[in-house]
Amino acid sequence: MTKEVINDFSITIATVNGSGSQTANVTLLRALFKMGIPVSGKNLFPSNIQGLPTWYTIRINKDGFVARRDEQELVVTLNPVSFARDLASVQPGGAFFYADDIKLPIARSDISIYPMPIKQMARAANVSPALRDYIANMVYVGILAHMLGIDMETIRQALSFHFKGKAQAVDSNFSTVEAGAEWAAQNLKKTDPYSVTKMDSTSGYIMADGNTAAALGAIYGGLQFAAWYPITPASTLAESLNIFLPQLRKTSEGKQTYAVMQAEDELAAIGMAIGAGWGGLRSMTSTSGPGISLMAEYAGLAYFAEVPVVIWDVQRIGPSTGLPTRTAQGDLTGVYFLSHGDKQNILLLPGSVQECFEFGWKALDLAEHLQAPIFVLSDLDLGMNQWMTKPFIYPDTPLERGKVLWESDLEKLKGIWSRYKDSDGDGIPFRTVPGNKHPSAAWFGRGTGHDENARYTEDANTWESNMARLKKKYDTARTLVPKPIITATKGATIGIIAYGSTEPTVEEALILLKQAGGPNAAFLRLRALPCTSEVQDFIKNYEHIYIVEANRDGQLHQILSAVLPDQAPRFRSACHSDGLPLTAKWVKETILAQEEKQ
Amino acid sequence: MTTPAPAQTNKAGLSKNDYRGLPSTLCQGCGHNSIANQIITACYDLDVVPEQIMKFSGIGCSSKSPAYFLNRSFGFNGLHGRMSSLATGALFADISLRAIGVSGDGDTASIGLGGFKHMVRRNAPIVYIVENNGVYGLTKGQFSATAEVGLDLKHQGINQYMPVDICMEALASNATFVARSFAGDAKQVKELLKAALSHHGVAVLDIISPCVTFNNQENAIHSYTWGKDHEAPLHEISFIPAMDEIEIQGEFAEGTVREVSMHDGSTVLLKKLEKDYDPTSRANAFQMLESVQLNNWLVTGLLYIDESKPTLTETFNLVDTPLNRLTDPELRPGRETIDKINGMMF
Repeated sequence: MTKEVINDFSITIATVNGSGSQTANVTLLRALFKMGIPVSGKNLFPSNIQGLPTWYTIRINKDGFVARRDEQELVVTLNPVSFARDLASVQPGGAFFYADDIKLPIARSDISIYPMPIKQMARAANVSPALRDYIANMVYVGILAHMLGIDMETIRQALSFHFKGKAQAVDSNFSTVEAGAEWAAQNLKKTDPYSVTKMDSTSGYIMADGNTAAALGAIYGGLQFAAWYPITPASTLAESLNIFLPQLRKTSEGKQTYAVMQAEDELAAIGMAIGAGWGGLRSMTSTSGPGISLMAEYAGLAYFAEVPVVIWDVQRIGPSTGLPTRTAQGDLTGVYFLSHGDKQNILLLPGSVQECFEFGWKALDLAEHLQAPIFVLSDLDLGMNQWMTKPFIYPDTPLERGKVLWESDLEKLKGIWSRYKDSDGDGIPFRTVPGNKHPSAAWFGRGTGHDENARYTEDANTWESNMARLKKKYDTARTLVPKPIITATKGATIGIIAYGSTEPTVEEALILLKQAGGPNAAFLRLRALPCTSEVQDFIKNYEHIYIVEANRDGQLHQILSAVLPDQAPRFRSACHSDGLPLTAKWVKETILAQEEKQ
Repeated sequence: MTTPAPAQTNKAGLSKNDYRGLPSTLCQGCGHNSIANQIITACYDLDVVPEQIMKFSGIGCSSKSPAYFLNRSFGFNGLHGRMSSLATGALFADISLRAIGVSGDGDTASIGLGGFKHMVRRNAPIVYIVENNGVYGLTKGQFSATAEVGLDLKHQGINQYMPVDICMEALASNATFVARSFAGDAKQVKELLKAALSHHGVAVLDIISPCVTFNNQENAIHSYTWGKDHEAPLHEISFIPAMDEIEIQGEFAEGTVREVSMHDGSTVLLKKLEKDYDPTSRANAFQMLESVQLNNWLVTGLLYIDESKPTLTETFNLVDTPLNRLTDPELRPGRETIDKINGMMF
C-alpha cells in the first residue's frame, strides 16, 4: 500500500435515481461533517423520477477546500449501466467498490477492487420487501464506514437527523449499516491508502442548502406574500417557505401574517407577487431560467411602475429547457437586461448558504427601499446541495419599508404629494398603498407613460425626465447594494473577479496558482449589480482582471465591459459551462494558459 | 346672492362627483363609457367609499376605462391579459377592500384566458367585468376570440373559428357568479353590478359592449342593433342592499319573484319574465347558454350564483389587521428563534 492519505480525497457514488440512495449519500456526508472533517456533497442527478444513472460526489478535505474536483479516488457503483464509466473514473491508486451482482469485466490492476454483496445483504435485512431497495444503500454506507474509518456514532446521528428521530427507521437503517461494516471487517482486506480521522474543523458550522436558507432569510425579512410555479431547481425554495412560515409567522391565535400561492405559471407567479408588492406587501417569487424568461414582461412593469418585488432565480443550465438538473451561472446577462426597453436591473449574487439567508431579507429591504424588482441569482449547486456554512445571523437592521405615506403623513402634507416626483434627489419617489383612507392617497398604477402624478401622458419631455430619474434611482441603488468581498494578496499582479457559488473554487485556485509558480492573485467576489465603487477601485490595481464564471459567454465579462468600457481591455474572460460546478484546477489552468500567452 | 343647492349625497356623505373619473378618451357612443357610468352609479347607490375599492385592468380599450370612474380609488392598469394575476396578489394587501376589474374580450378570452380561468377557480373576491365587443379596438379592428363565425371585418376577412363564450368558460371553471348583460341595457347593467359588488367571491360580468368604430354592423352579434333586437332578458333584476328593508310589493307581484340572498345580507330580486329561471343551478346555466347559442339570442341576466363557497382570501386564515399595515413585531420572528432554526439544520 502506498502512503496513507487521510482526510483528503473524493468519493463518487453511482446509483440509479429513485432508489433512495440520496439518504445514504447525505448520511455519509453528514457523518463526515460530524467527525469534524470539512466536506462538500454534490448531487449530479438526472431530470427523471426513476431509473436513470445518478452520481453523488463527496469531497473530504482537511484544509477546508470544498469545491468540486474532477478526480475521484474512491468510486462506489451500484449501477450496471454506468459501471464501465465509473470504473474508468477511479484515479490510479484509488479504490472501486461495486455491487457484486453486476457481472461485468474489471480490467484494472492499478486500483483496489472491492465487491459488495448488496443484494444478498438487503435480502437478509429485517425489513419489508418494499423497503429492501432503500435499505440496500445502507450496506455501502456500512462498508465505506469500515473501510474508511467513519465513526459509527456519527452515522447514527446523521440517520437520526434524517428520520427526525423516528426510532424504528433509524434502527433498521443503522443495523444494516452495522451489518455492512461487519461484513467488510470479515471479508475485505484494505489495500488502498484512503481513510478519515476525526478533526475539529467543522465546529461553528451547520449544514444546509441555499434554497432553505433563502426561504428562511425571506421569512426573517418579513415576507408576506410569495407566489411560485414548480421548477427545478427552485421548487424547494418555495416549499421551504411552506415548511417554516407556519412555524415562525403565525400569531398566538394561529392566524397567518403571510400567504403563499402556487400559481398556474410563472407569468402569474410574478404577476401575483407584483400585485402584492403594489399593495404594500413584502413580496417575492422564486424560479429558474425558463420561468425568468416568462417573467420578462412583468419585470419591466415592476421596473417602470416602480413596484417592490423580489425574484429569486436559482439558475440551471440553459438555453431552453437545457439540463434542468445541472448547474450554471448562465442567466446573468439575461436578468441584468430582463424585459424590453431601457433599463438595467438590480441583482444580488449570494456566494454561500449563509449569504442566501442574508440576501433573503436584504432583498426585501432593497425592493421596498428602491421600489424596484430585486433579482437574487443563486444556482442549482448552491440552492440544492448541502453545504457546510456558518450559522444564519439574525438581521442587524429593522425592516426597511421605504417611502410609504399613510393617512397621518398625507394630513401633514395637506394631501399634496406626487407619486413619481423626485422629492429627495435620490430618484426614489414616495408611494401610497391601497387601504389608505386619505382622499388624496389614491393613484393609478400603469405601465404606460406617466407624469409625476401617475397620469397618462405621451409628452416627450415628461417621458425623458422620468427615465432620467429612473437612471438616477439606479445610481442610488449602487450605494445601497452589498459591497464586494475582497481577498487582497500581498504582491498580487492579477485580479480575479467571480461571483456566486464559485467562491470556494476561486479560493482554492488562488493557492493552486501559487503552488504552480503562477502569479499572485487578488480576489474580488462580486455580490451585486450595479457595481459599487469598490469594484472600480479593485480593477485599477491590477494588470489583468480575470473574470471567472460558469457560463459559455463570459456574461459578467460582457456586463463589466459594457459598464466600464475604459477598463475592458484589461479584462480576460475565464468561463466554462458543462453543467458541473467549476473546479479549482480548471481555473488555475485557464489562468496559467492565458498568462503564458503574454 | 343665492347659495348653490347642496349636492345630493348618499349615506356615505358623498356626492356622485366623488365617484367620477377623468373624462373618457374612448370613442363617442362606445359601450364601455356607458358601463363606466353604471359603475359610478352602482357604487354611489351602494354608498361604497371609493377608498375601499381597488380597480384593475389589462390592456385594450376596455382596460383604459378604470381611469374614467372612481378617481379616489387605487388602480392598476397592468399588462395585456394579466389582470387576473396582478389583482390576485393585490387582494391580499388589505382584505377589507373590494375590487373591480375591467377587461376586454381580447384581454380575457385570447391572451389572458388561462389566468382568467385560474382566478375564477380560486374564487378571488373581485367583480370581473368583460367589456365584450368581439374585436380588438386599440390595434384597429382585428378579430378577438369572441368574434362569431362568419364575421366580416375590414382588412381581416371572414372569421372561420368558433367563438369563446366567456360565461361558459367561467362556469366551466367553477365561477360562483356569472352574468351577461348588454351595454345598451343600462338599468340591468347597474343592477347586476350592484349584485356583483355584494357577491362573496368572483363575479364575472360578460357585458356585450359594441365597438362603434370597428364592429357595429347591423347583423354582427356585438352591435347595438343586433343586441337591441335579440336581447332576451331572463328576468327583471333588482338589487336591495342589506341595510334597506326589503319590500316586495307593487311591480313585484307575489309568485313571480325569485329572491337570492347574498352573503352580506343583501338581496337580489329576479322578476319572472317569459319563464322561471333558477340561477342557483349550474346545470340550468349550461343548458341556457347552450340553447341560446343554437337559437341565436342574446340572453341577459344573472345566469348563475353560489354564495356558499369560501373566497380565495378566506382560505388563508389571515390576521384581522390588513397585511399591509403589519409592522416589524408581527413580521420578523423574534431574536430567540434564530438559534432554534440553526439548531434545526444539521
